[in-house]
Amino acid sequence: MRSDPADCELVAPANLQAAVSLLADDPGSWLPIAGGTDLMVQYAAGTLRARKLVSIWNLPDLRRVEVLPGEIQIGAGCTYTDLREHAVVRDEFPLLVRAASWTGGIANQNRGTLGGNIVNASPAADSLPALLAYGADLILISVRGERRLAYRDFHVGYKETKLAPDELIRAVCLPRHFAGYVSYARKVGTRSAQAISKVCMAALARVEGGIVYDVRIAVGSVAPVPLRLTETERILDRKRVEPSIVALARKTAAAEIRPIDDIRSTARYRAAVVSNLVAEFLEKLRAGDRP
Amino acid sequence: MTSKERAKREFSLVINGEPKTLRAHPMERLLDVLREQLGLTGTKEGCGEGECGACAVLMDGALVDSCLIPILQAQGSNIVTIEKLAGDARLCALQEAFLECGGAQCGICTPGMILAAQYLLNRKPRPTMEDIREGLSGNLCRCTGYTQIFEAVAEAARRGVSA
Amino acid sequence: MEKDHIIGLPAPRKEGRDKVTGKARYIDDITLPNMLYGATVRSRIPRGRIKKITFDPGVPWDEFVVVSAKDIPGKNCIALIENDQPCLVDEIVNHPEEPILLLAHPEKHLLPKAVEAVNIEYEPLPAVFSIADSERRSEIIWGKDNTFKTYLIQKGDVDAIWEKAAFIVEGEYFTGAQEQLYIETNGMIAQFDPKQGITVWGSLQCPYYVHKALMALCGLPEDKVRVVQAETGGAFGGKEEYPSMIAAHAALLAMKSGRPVKIIYDRAEDMVATTKRHPSRTWHRTAVSKDGKILGGEIEFTIDGGAYVTLSPVVLSRGTIHAGGPYYWPSVRVRAKAVATNAPPHGAFRGFGAPQCLFAIERHMDRISEAVKLPPAEIRRRNFLKPGQTTITEQIVREEIDLGKLLDRALSLADYDSKRQRFAKQNESGNCRKGMGIAAFLHGAGFTGSGERYLSSVVGMEGRADGGVRILVSSTEIGQGTNTILCQIAAEALGLRYGDVEIARPDTTEVPNSGPTVASRTAMVVGKLVQSAALGLKQTLAGCGMLGRNYTPEEFRAACREYVSTQGQLRSFAKYEQPADIFWDDQNYRGEAYAAFAWAVYVAEVTVDLATYGVSVDDFVALQEVGRVLNPVLAKGQIAGGVAQGIGFALYEKVEWRDGRMQNGQMTNYIMPTSADLPPVRIFFEEMGNTHGAYGAKGIGELPMDGPAPAIVNAVVDALGIPFDSVPVLPENIFEAVSTTGARENTVPSAGRG
Repeated sequence: MRSDPADCELVAPANLQAAVSLLADDPGSWLPIAGGTDLMVQYAAGTLRARKLVSIWNLPDLRRVEVLPGEIQIGAGCTYTDLREHAVVRDEFPLLVRAASWTGGIANQNRGTLGGNIVNASPAADSLPALLAYGADLILISVRGERRLAYRDFHVGYKETKLAPDELIRAVCLPRHFAGYVSYARKVGTRSAQAISKVCMAALARVEGGIVYDVRIAVGSVAPVPLRLTETERILDRKRVEPSIVALARKTAAAEIRPIDDIRSTARYRAAVVSNLVAEFLEKLRAGDRP
Repeated sequence: MTSKERAKREFSLVINGEPKTLRAHPMERLLDVLREQLGLTGTKEGCGEGECGACAVLMDGALVDSCLIPILQAQGSNIVTIEKLAGDARLCALQEAFLECGGAQCGICTPGMILAAQYLLNRKPRPTMEDIREGLSGNLCRCTGYTQIFEAVAEAARRGVSA
Repeated sequence: MEKDHIIGLPAPRKEGRDKVTGKARYIDDITLPNMLYGATVRSRIPRGRIKKITFDPGVPWDEFVVVSAKDIPGKNCIALIENDQPCLVDEIVNHPEEPILLLAHPEKHLLPKAVEAVNIEYEPLPAVFSIADSERRSEIIWGKDNTFKTYLIQKGDVDAIWEKAAFIVEGEYFTGAQEQLYIETNGMIAQFDPKQGITVWGSLQCPYYVHKALMALCGLPEDKVRVVQAETGGAFGGKEEYPSMIAAHAALLAMKSGRPVKIIYDRAEDMVATTKRHPSRTWHRTAVSKDGKILGGEIEFTIDGGAYVTLSPVVLSRGTIHAGGPYYWPSVRVRAKAVATNAPPHGAFRGFGAPQCLFAIERHMDRISEAVKLPPAEIRRRNFLKPGQTTITEQIVREEIDLGKLLDRALSLADYDSKRQRFAKQNESGNCRKGMGIAAFLHGAGFTGSGERYLSSVVGMEGRADGGVRILVSSTEIGQGTNTILCQIAAEALGLRYGDVEIARPDTTEVPNSGPTVASRTAMVVGKLVQSAALGLKQTLAGCGMLGRNYTPEEFRAACREYVSTQGQLRSFAKYEQPADIFWDDQNYRGEAYAAFAWAVYVAEVTVDLATYGVSVDDFVALQEVGRVLNPVLAKGQIAGGVAQGIGFALYEKVEWRDGRMQNGQMTNYIMPTSADLPPVRIFFEEMGNTHGAYGAKGIGELPMDGPAPAIVNAVVDALGIPFDSVPVLPENIFEAVSTTGARENTVPSAGRG
């Protein structure tokens, strides 16, 4: 353990309002910590620069799931276990539930939160492609009130987001319009369980009469931010899955991503795997598999 | 009192069924508070990064890695460590099964494994081998190759886990 | 085999209860009054001269104990084989993370800051980072020529065989460094008293290695150094020689401060600063007859030893002797060498040179099988050693081992033939390729040649006042089952119950030196001495008429109680004597290398996923002949654990090096297999006995490390039709190979194969 606990201040506001008030008092000086599955690793490694932390763990206003007719609002403080166990999330958002099941081991899932995953903004985060694929919105909260933002606009660069220094994510909103869609999720990690992903894909589409509609393909670990493959989606829209389309989709996908060589893998490998996973997804669409 | 001491705060928790009050810096890891202040050295540190599961405990019934929990976030919670699982005289079904099936070799991962198994059996008293594999996937063992650990958990499930 | 009453039974782990209740005390669970915590300031460069050391302000340095090389009372070295490794750098740094200064303070949280606040200025020197660089000798970093050690084995007339060969098959094989990754990191507590001397407690395999090192370092005599093993959370060789270093550091701080000092490495420090498996390069050139028999060959086996000699000569020795695998070589020349690089010294890790060279020969056998167009199983069958033939060191195989039959059994258990036929069809289409791979191998137990005679191990047994007996050995329990099997052996030898026997904690003031806990020698060599010491105890009691020829355990206990109460002490010692038929020529590396070999055939079934290029091991058969299974639960556990580490070695565990320093020193980035990555391993034993081992046992601790990598890689090659000659085989490697050459579209066996 390479940090000195005496150097760090950690406070636990009683509720969400108190938390955002504190953030507003001195914007940028208090670092929110939820489940700690990212920040405490940095802390133990001695690389956490923050000296003042505010705990937002288990605040009821952040850990609710509101099921509305047209959308579901998942509190940012929900843990991966919360997601896996919620009936509506399980039934209607399989990409998110699968991503949750891939995140660390059970102990990590009991503490890691969706909001934490988003704010930590690692391009390798498992649940972010699912959120992109579902077209999520974020509700951000501060003393100035709430604002709603399309999740696809949230990440602006490597570990850079649109979150203001005095803001928290309050909820993640997912539209409930994916009944009957075929979904495909695959994580390619350094091993089969408890691994950081080298490539992570979440995709879904509607298939009617063999034609593909509303296709969404999101990928993690192949760019500084999680990515929707919008070009690939565009060339697939309203097409039938045939070898020529698959070949074009592979090429387009490989061109859209910006993978790097890093400690875990290589750019060439990542590009090849993304291309293969796109083909796998398309094969699933062609075969008419159910979600 | 030094300024360092003054920065410590009071926390109350229930540890293995007993209420405890202690003074600590809010960012002290639950793992260190258990081991150093409370002398409960059964919970181990294997990596300090939430990967190996050797530090696993139950917090309000949930399996967590205590190396990743600041003591402030454990305020008011109910913690169960390996020391609770059986009385001095007898072993619980999990502990017996680990002994019989060879689930413990060097033993350092064993407390965390048993806690993870306990959590699994609390929620799934009749787990499949896949359930066991998933339930213990956050606990690394370098000695056993896992097979005899899973056999132990399956055996304990067959016998019915005692609290 | 006569029916025994405790040998062969699954006696419960002797110290198991403490382990499952959390009561077992590992070194970080122990605190002494008035204790300080210690930390190590380490080099940030691979090679160079220290120009200046300054201490940044902002740290209360007056509260710290600071130790440098100048504080070393005895010799500044970690005594092992050669004494070239300093305990603390004096002036010249030879590897990243080399220890330079030691700090101690009552508050452990201040130490990381203090370590960061020590400023060291270096004058860098050119450094060497690979075997190839070291051999080039453009920079000499050790001795005259960067070479720690060489061996030469020559059998028959190698130069005459080439013209007779129908095939000449060449191949070069590489293995990378591997981190032992015991879940408990290295740790020590040291205490110094001017009258009593130095005492250390720690996580370790070999108390007497530490004892010897501390004597030299502290300039203290034998009886003023005491080493005690704490419960040890995994070791695998990683705590064979390294503990001497951390013990030395704790001792120096304890001596300077006058207070007990605890040093515990966190995971990151343990990964980057301590020993790893030696990386290796093996080159084979083999002359083969037209019917697939090895006529002879040349083997060059080279290992990277890191910056200092440490155990490289011994690792090299074992690798050299195993380089020919379980095959008959009418002639062979093995040139082996260990070279220096500017990395932290590489060291002992389960297998100790054998996994490296056995990977090479088993990959090479498959290469030969392709060249000769005979199936992999058949090429092995035709070349297996038979009783009466000699190994590459000209050791006669004296036991009636039938490796062909062992192979047949393994293949049958693995359903090899029908699966390969099925896979050939399946591989014609789809996104997966399946393959099967074989590895046949051997592992010599005990120290090489005259090594056991040199060790001259002593085992003691004590009758207790309550009538039970206590085993006195320096052999340590590190999870493999030392405590349990030695107690089983003693109980069996004395006709007692398992519960009547206990084993003393290894404490150099209380137990004799039964040798290090390494080389798969504990069951076989030390166990046999436990048998002898037990008999000695029995004879003493019988000799004074207290025990008849037949007796019950209770009668034994009564006799023992009586003896102890009247005589004060009941003890018996047994000392190793080299069997008459063990003759070893150290000069020419010829003769009886090991008292016994265990034999094995492993078969792996893999699937390569062409979407992710990942390999999954779907089935694994581990069949081995081990002399005698002393405890079936423990024996299975050893094989299962060793296979898991072997799978890691083959497919997952890669050390990423930059300038001699490990870059992926975190558990997130150094990938060891989780349970989700491991197949159910099907384990089978055969027992042929062994005259040199306790109740016929051979060593099994390291054997399972040797087979998985070649079996798995051979299976991947079978699946893809592309050679892989290096481990680990990562998906990135498979991707690169597949995109260059293309996966074999059609794996229908060509003539003669399948």
